[in-house]
Amino acid sequence: MENVVPYKIQIISIIGAVLFMFLVFRLIVKRKLKIEYAILWMLCTFVLLVFAIWRNGLDLIAHMLGVFYAPALIFLGAIFAIVIFLVHMSVVNTKQEQQIKDLAQQLALLKEELGKNK
Amino acid sequence: MKVAVIIPCYNEEASIKKVVDGLRSVSLTEQFELFPIVVNDCSTDTTLDVIKKLEVVYLNLAINLGIGGAVQAGFKYALNNNFDIAVQLDGDGQHPAEQISELIKPILCNELDVVIGSRFISKEGFQSTFFRRLGINYFKWLNKILIGKRITDSTSGFRAINRNALEIVCNYYPDDYPEPEALILYSLNDLRIGEIPVVMKERSGGVSSIRSYKSIYYMVKVTLAMLFVYVNLKFNGKRSAL
Repeated sequence: MENVVPYKIQIISIIGAVLFMFLVFRLIVKRKLKIEYAILWMLCTFVLLVFAIWRNGLDLIAHMLGVFYAPALIFLGAIFAIVIFLVHMSVVNTKQEQQIKDLAQQLALLKEELGKNK
Repeated sequence: MKVAVIIPCYNEEASIKKVVDGLRSVSLTEQFELFPIVVNDCSTDTTLDVIKKLEVVYLNLAINLGIGGAVQAGFKYALNNNFDIAVQLDGDGQHPAEQISELIKPILCNELDVVIGSRFISKEGFQSTFFRRLGINYFKWLNKILIGKRITDSTSGFRAINRNALEIVCNYYPDDYPEPEALILYSLNDLRIGEIPVVMKERSGGVSSIRSYKSIYYMVKVTLAMLFVYVNLKFNGKRSAL
């Protein structure tokens, strides 16, 4: 059970996770990312970081779940998270489309009301 | 009664003038007055210039919303400005403006809330192509199942609705291919729907928005939309669609 993940990749993972966390923070500070979305990304990074540091964790959980090949769990988790996030983005997109439609209609109605059409 | 005739148009420079002129030549009675309201759905041709010269009320959408969004803008105008009836008349000249008085008659008599002009009652005039009629028959069947009512021409956009229906469609109206879905919406809100025979012409300008592979998409999209709006209204309570 020891040394399932070699040290090299562990260091790379930690650096990667920290860099990613930094990027998310930077985007929030620059107001390019809303906190609502950022929370999810920070959560992802946190999970990434936990497993980068706690090396046996992944293997332990995989063993508990009866997953034969531990890294498959990472892919499963990642794909699951991505799908959920994409559905969420579709919902956000739908809402925005609806709002844009409402705005365009209100604008057209207002222009008419103000007599700007004449 | 004030009747708003909503004319949605997208790139209809060739036909829009004819449509508005046709509407103006409709002989009026004391019972109603017709007000054309042209909605320009961000046309890329000279439609806007043509409309400006027509001296009608028009709504100019800053972005292209599609037929549903354009018609809904007209509905909102009609509701805000206290119109009693809204009629939808396509900008391509297919719908017979001279039959508007017959279309709104059941509403004036308070017999119906929604009146559809159907091509398939008297089977006269432009009857569309074979495959389209096949699709229309399919919708007839679907409508029969969902709302238990025989609607011969559920894809017809030539319709008149009263204020009860206006309030509903201002709240929610589908974006694309709205006609069959809107019927479910009306029906589940307990509105009285009926049809009258009309004679439609072949379009005098522009092209249909539904062609080739799009027709498959159309069938699937509309079927799903009808089912979902049905489920929504049936189980989430009335007047709450979306």
